[in-house]
Amino acid sequence: MSFWTRIVNVLRGDRVSREIDEELQSHIEEAIEHGRDAAEARRAFGSPRRQREESRDVRVIGWLDSLRADAVFGWRRLRKTKVTSAAAILSLALAMGACTSAFRLIDALLLRPLPVTEPEQLYALSRQGIGFDGKPQTFDGWAYPSFRQMRAAVKDQAELIAISYAERMDLTYGPDHEIEKAYLQYVSGWMFGSFGLRPAVGRLFTENDDLKPRAHPYAVLSYDYWARRFGQDPRVVGRTFRMGDDLYEIAGVAEARFTGTETGAVVDIFVPTMMHPAVERSDWTWHRTLARLKPGVAVEPVRARLHATSRAFEQERAKGFTGMTKQSIDRFIGQKLLLEPAAAGASGLQQNYRRSLVACGVLVALVLLIACANVANLMTAQAASRAREMALRVSIGAGRWRLVQLVLVESAWLAFLAAAIGGLFAWWSAPFVVSRINPPDNPARLSLPADWRILLFGLALTIAVTILLGLAPALRASAIKPASALKGGSDPNSRRRMMHGLIAVQVAFCFLVLFTGGLFVVTFDRLSNRPTGFSAERLLTLDTVAQPAQPPVFWDQVAEHLRAVPGVETVALCGWPLLAGNGWNGFVSINGAPPGPVLAYFLSVSPGWTDAMKIHSIDGRDFRASDTSPGVAIINETFAKQFFNGENPIGKSFAKGRNRYDVVGVVRDSPYRGMREPILPVAYVPFHSIDVNGALQPIRAGTFIVRTSGSNPLALASVLRQEVPRARSEFRVSNIRTQADLVRAQTVRERLLAMLALFFAAVALLLAGVGLYGVLHYSVLQRRREIGIHMALGAHGAGIARLVAFDALSMVLVGALAGVALGMASVRYMESLFYQAKPTDLAMLALPALTILAAASLAALPAVLHAVRIDPVKMLRAD
Amino acid sequence: MPKTDSLQGSLDLLVLKILSRRPGLHGYAIMSAIQDMSGEVLRAEEGSLYPALHRMEEAGWIRAKWITKDTGRRARIYELTTAGKKQLAAEESRWQAVTSAVNRVLRMA
Repeated sequence: MSFWTRIVNVLRGDRVSREIDEELQSHIEEAIEHGRDAAEARRAFGSPRRQREESRDVRVIGWLDSLRADAVFGWRRLRKTKVTSAAAILSLALAMGACTSAFRLIDALLLRPLPVTEPEQLYALSRQGIGFDGKPQTFDGWAYPSFRQMRAAVKDQAELIAISYAERMDLTYGPDHEIEKAYLQYVSGWMFGSFGLRPAVGRLFTENDDLKPRAHPYAVLSYDYWARRFGQDPRVVGRTFRMGDDLYEIAGVAEARFTGTETGAVVDIFVPTMMHPAVERSDWTWHRTLARLKPGVAVEPVRARLHATSRAFEQERAKGFTGMTKQSIDRFIGQKLLLEPAAAGASGLQQNYRRSLVACGVLVALVLLIACANVANLMTAQAASRAREMALRVSIGAGRWRLVQLVLVESAWLAFLAAAIGGLFAWWSAPFVVSRINPPDNPARLSLPADWRILLFGLALTIAVTILLGLAPALRASAIKPASALKGGSDPNSRRRMMHGLIAVQVAFCFLVLFTGGLFVVTFDRLSNRPTGFSAERLLTLDTVAQPAQPPVFWDQVAEHLRAVPGVETVALCGWPLLAGNGWNGFVSINGAPPGPVLAYFLSVSPGWTDAMKIHSIDGRDFRASDTSPGVAIINETFAKQFFNGENPIGKSFAKGRNRYDVVGVVRDSPYRGMREPILPVAYVPFHSIDVNGALQPIRAGTFIVRTSGSNPLALASVLRQEVPRARSEFRVSNIRTQADLVRAQTVRERLLAMLALFFAAVALLLAGVGLYGVLHYSVLQRRREIGIHMALGAHGAGIARLVAFDALSMVLVGALAGVALGMASVRYMESLFYQAKPTDLAMLALPALTILAAASLAALPAVLHAVRIDPVKMLRAD
Repeated sequence: MPKTDSLQGSLDLLVLKILSRRPGLHGYAIMSAIQDMSGEVLRAEEGSLYPALHRMEEAGWIRAKWITKDTGRRARIYELTTAGKKQLAAEESRWQAVTSAVNRVLRMA
């Protein structure tokens, strides 16, 4: 209570002083009334000021009071220089907001623990080694039978949980034509129990819901989906939906905090792993494996045990491998099992964006340092004009610490105001960046709560900025020698040296930001301008499912129907669109020889597909309606080079396992799965496939490729979506995308990085330019008299310009050189983010350097002009 | 809490005692009371009385309020709080203990 009143008294300090004075005054008057001599009564009190101070000290907290006084004084100083203060605060706010934003993203994606009990006990299993394609790789997919063996092997030390990759699936709660999409994940029944999760309504799975393949058609909804799709209707329990051939019953809804373990995606529906079509397949890796270590269990023994079990499983399986070289098999068996902490979940988004986000974080941190250097320079310049004020304060008895406090409070004002504005910026910008992480039809969903973690970071950042800004000027102020300062300043050059040092640091960081920004821009440019070999113009892809699977003839009928739709130019069929990310591969053998170590890739396509895609034919013919797979194939140039050594492949044949294909055509290369990969050897095979007896196989899913005559292909989307089931009622379109969007989706990350890097490069350049301008301007003001004397002694304009700008510009050069060194050293950590952008290219180094030099010259110009125009007569007469 | 030396301790005791008998005195009246009641032997200096009053107010032993006297002048008057009554009892017994101890020493020596 008394501490509180003392704090409150700090805020009403004037009133406290007034009350004390009034009480003492009333005492004196009382004394006089009682016949005391007026002068004597006053004298009895001693100095009234001291009396007041003594009483005041009891009633207020001294340090808090002085802090208040400094805060008020600091605020007045900020308001006195409105424009500079606003510029300083805004530049800091932008940088601090960007830093907070970057932290929010990094935290949400990589650091924040999952909302489950003891997340720190969670580990993710993956395998590291040389892949089938001969490149080092890490893969976190597992086959269920292998998972089952591993689970049994470490039963006493850890609980293993299988969780499939979240997938957008087609399902319906009513009739077939009301198909909708939902993010679905197959999970082990015991996952919810192991994570300590409770149902919001209904029940969650247990181990008993995950025992026999295809025997547990139950689903648990996520809270988010329940709220979005069903408006939190508790009667949803017991409702059914159909997915593929299975009818699932909704058993319950998980609690709100849990959105799945795949950070960056919010799962809508969980179903038991036993319902996955491949749950008994040893050759189909479709789920991640998380391990929950029991308390006190060491990681390494568990890892070794898992490794041994997994290796034994694959060794057993490899006995049945055909069509692979021994080397490939050995490599495959030789993979090392990794057990890595997964408290923050495990997702592809993390793998994709870890480096990018950290790189962005470093960039914005550099921008923040540049902004800090700017403001520190500003404060140093101001401190120069305040040297006398400080000296005066010292000579009338202010303590050194009090001066440090005064300067620190002023920088705290700047930092806190900037933090407040920056917080708003971060609040807006983090979701903005997330919305641009994935292609629009498959947005990343990252929860970005503004909780104590973010607040703490913001506070720590603010304090760090306060110290960065204020410490040097504060120490300088406290070391002031009143005698020399009052006489007219001690060593003005030392202050300028520090400012120049900061300029060098700024330029070095600025170079680094520009340099990496340039590399990101070049990467984006190279990737998005990489030739595709096909034309994506006016091309729609209709991912279509048939329920039940339909014979190929009916697929052809639908294609025929679509050709008659007005506005459609050509229609073709294929298994999936190019660059959609899907893949199908295998080892091929030529002339009955054992298969080589290089993987070939396949795609089923209909006759006319190469024409529809405008993939240039080099040799041979297109498929005919009667062609089947296996039977014939069209190969790309890389396939021909890789497997036929450049000989004419037409008429030759290759085998994939027991299936034989005769090469009937060769076409131009196209990227297959992604733009970053080198061109893969691809064989296109007929869409009509036959089994061993020669019977045509029914097909469940395929993609219609439609080239429209109108310039906006999406204008036809809704018509085509209706026309497909009208042609044959068993067919539904599940997804419509333009091929151009698929191409663009390949460069989403690069576009984002290039955009951010460009933005921050511009900010950094601007800040560094303003900083340099400020320093030069200050030094001209400070050296007016010296310049005047030089001029009076007959110095020319060029000499004056050199006098003013030489030091600063040589600092710029030093900074740029340091920046080059920094850039070369740091670029190694980001190499995987670049595509055909060589950090050692002269242009990559020269461009940012020249930009900085140009900006520096521009920034120096006004100060130099000012210096040259100084009138020596006026100047020398001034003092 | 500032430390109380013996003089201050006895000043506190005197002020608390006077206020417990006659609540609602202002500073000058307290000073006069000490003087009168001690038969002009004890005299509280203004320079130490007011800081002591303010300190005790902050400690929560006494509370103050402003009144307007008949003369129209404002005065700040003081009265004991519950905590102050407890403090008075404690100070009193401590004083008794000290003086009787001092007396014992004087008798023995």
